[in-house]
Amino acid sequence: MTQTAVPETRRTRLRLPATLSASTPVFVLLGVLLLVLAFVDIGFYEPDRLLAFIRRAAPLIILAAGQYFVMVSGGFDLSVGSVVTVGVVVAAELFNIAPDMPWPVAVLILLVAGMGVGLINGLISTLLAVPSFITTLGMMLILQGAVFFWTQGAPRGYLSDDYRTLGRGMVPGLPWLPWAVIVLAVVAAAAVVFMRSDTGRTLVATGDNDAAAALSGVRVHRLRVLAFVLSGLAAALAAVLVGGFTGISAQAGDGMEFEAITAVVLGGVALGGGRGSVVAAMAGALSLQTLFTLLTMLGVSGALESTVQGVIVIAAVALGAVSWSRRQRVPNSTKERR
Amino acid sequence: MRARIRPALTIMSVSALLVLGACTSEVPTDTDLGTETTGADAAGESEFFVQADYEAQMALREAVPEGPEDRPWEQMIDPEMIDTSEYQKDGPHNLCFSNAGLFNSWRAVGWRTMQAEVDLHPEIAEFTALDGQGQDDKQISDIGSLAAQDCDALIVSPNTTATLTPAVEAACGEVPVIVFDRGVETDCPVTFISPIGGYAYGAAGAEFLRDEVEPGGSVLALRIAPGVDVLEHRWAAAERVFEDSDLDIVGVQFTEDDPATAKNIVSDFIQSNGGLDGVWMDAGATSVAVTEAFEDAGMEIPPIVGEDQQDFLQAWQDKDLTAIAPGYPTFQWRTPVIAALRILNGEEVPREWRLPQPVVTEDNLDSYLQEGMPPQHYALCGCEDLPGFPEEWGG
Repeated sequence: MTQTAVPETRRTRLRLPATLSASTPVFVLLGVLLLVLAFVDIGFYEPDRLLAFIRRAAPLIILAAGQYFVMVSGGFDLSVGSVVTVGVVVAAELFNIAPDMPWPVAVLILLVAGMGVGLINGLISTLLAVPSFITTLGMMLILQGAVFFWTQGAPRGYLSDDYRTLGRGMVPGLPWLPWAVIVLAVVAAAAVVFMRSDTGRTLVATGDNDAAAALSGVRVHRLRVLAFVLSGLAAALAAVLVGGFTGISAQAGDGMEFEAITAVVLGGVALGGGRGSVVAAMAGALSLQTLFTLLTMLGVSGALESTVQGVIVIAAVALGAVSWSRRQRVPNSTKERR
Repeated sequence: MRARIRPALTIMSVSALLVLGACTSEVPTDTDLGTETTGADAAGESEFFVQADYEAQMALREAVPEGPEDRPWEQMIDPEMIDTSEYQKDGPHNLCFSNAGLFNSWRAVGWRTMQAEVDLHPEIAEFTALDGQGQDDKQISDIGSLAAQDCDALIVSPNTTATLTPAVEAACGEVPVIVFDRGVETDCPVTFISPIGGYAYGAAGAEFLRDEVEPGGSVLALRIAPGVDVLEHRWAAAERVFEDSDLDIVGVQFTEDDPATAKNIVSDFIQSNGGLDGVWMDAGATSVAVTEAFEDAGMEIPPIVGEDQQDFLQAWQDKDLTAIAPGYPTFQWRTPVIAALRILNGEEVPREWRLPQPVVTEDNLDSYLQEGMPPQHYALCGCEDLPGFPEEWGG
């Protein structure tokens, strides 16, 4: 009697955590943060304010999507923050050299250059077998140094108003709709479609077990290089939006690589790859941005902001880790029964 | 295993909730967001605030500087001249310079200006400069190696005050030392060169807002980072002015000098307060982003404090802002070279070489704003008469 009662109680107590998938905590966190924001300032949910908020979050969300591709395939991209900085400074320099350049040309140059950085990162990590952590750390330092050497701490040139439209402006005829929100929607849709494609699924499989993936015919190197190229592309696009939003700055992308990695980890993507969804990674970025806004509104500033951020990140990831360990336990116990 | 995870999880969740809870309990019931931060800062600032220095700087603002009016980098306020004949030496000279680093555009503009000043003097045969890259240990070793070299005079711009003091003291025994920009806790250098100081800077902006913003108006204060003495002084002086005013300081936030952070913070305050009537800043690198936050919210830009940075002065003129730009002039980078040569000629120099600290106002904006300079150029560079201007400064 008592023996059967105990496991039943345990099962009831375990039901809730067991249903948590790896990405559930981020949505719970986002929900909680949005709820707290509603209490602090209900006006936050007025449509124009909400859209302005999404416009501001767009670069980080796009960066997180790019970072997701690399992380889910088993790597890291630490260079994205410096790609953003370089992108902003180079755009200003382009307009300094050629003030009449049409803005789409400048955007195109940046996107191609971003993919170029990703390609180099990818090739070094795969062909030379340098761990991506080291490759991209090196790339980060190279780019930071290059910007510094080039600008001597004071970037030249202005970003033209046309160029800044994507990051700052509104869609003509719809004065409530920022361009950045449209850009974000397109990127998000493309990322979801890509992850549902065969290539996307293989990317996750590569991160999960690259030896198995290679044996089943996946070109692992090619796929990983693709992930880095996509990350570089996302970083360049983020640079266009960041430069548009705030104008020229020699530290535009400072720390964004860590925010992007934090966002992806918050989204439940396993370090080492193989698990997690791109939507959850983007939700992680939105959660981070919501958290920053909330802390500002609460008057929390300086060091405490990082502390609160750190606690929430650890808590959210711990939640994800616990549910994961349970999910793993099921096949283990099945194995034992056999 | 499972039993161990659950308490850990509980602790983490609870601590997260506690932090969130602690924050939520601080939410003021009215629109007066962020006043707690002001209180906390007021308590924290006391270790940096020195009443006597504050009063001295307030008085120096009114003093009439000695020296040529059109060359403020050669002017001196209330100088106590000292004899330097013991250092007299025939040229040509080898000057050495230990720089804290080139980590922002203010220092970049200053460094270019200093190099151009060196080029003006054929009696300087060699100018050896080492960059401390913002690291105390690097600069300590730089000073050591420069003092051991064949330098006739050593110029130091210290990275931090206390940590660099022993290195400067050691160098004083080898070579005449000139310290500028930031101080050290020793009077062994022959002369210490700096503008009036942080209190005067902070007060100038705060007094402007006190006079321009309607009584009861809401003002947001933006600071770069805590714990830097010159920035703490700026805020300490501003806080004193605000305490005696009818202004409502709705928040004190740190921007880390990042325009995106500044723009986000201001947007949040505009929206949660229904607007702002003024913005005070301890430095102006993010001021243009702040004005754009008001534009993007469809609001008029209220009275704002910036700095003598080109993009802000340009925006000031283009958008017809109500603004002020207290300066921490980059022309002070010319003075140490001039001081070194005077010392090596055995001429008198002031013990503390206090330079004027001009403030850009609506009345003199036109004289400081120059067409074609890069956005992060500093107008108070005093570099217009130097060879290579404006190209060498990016113009």
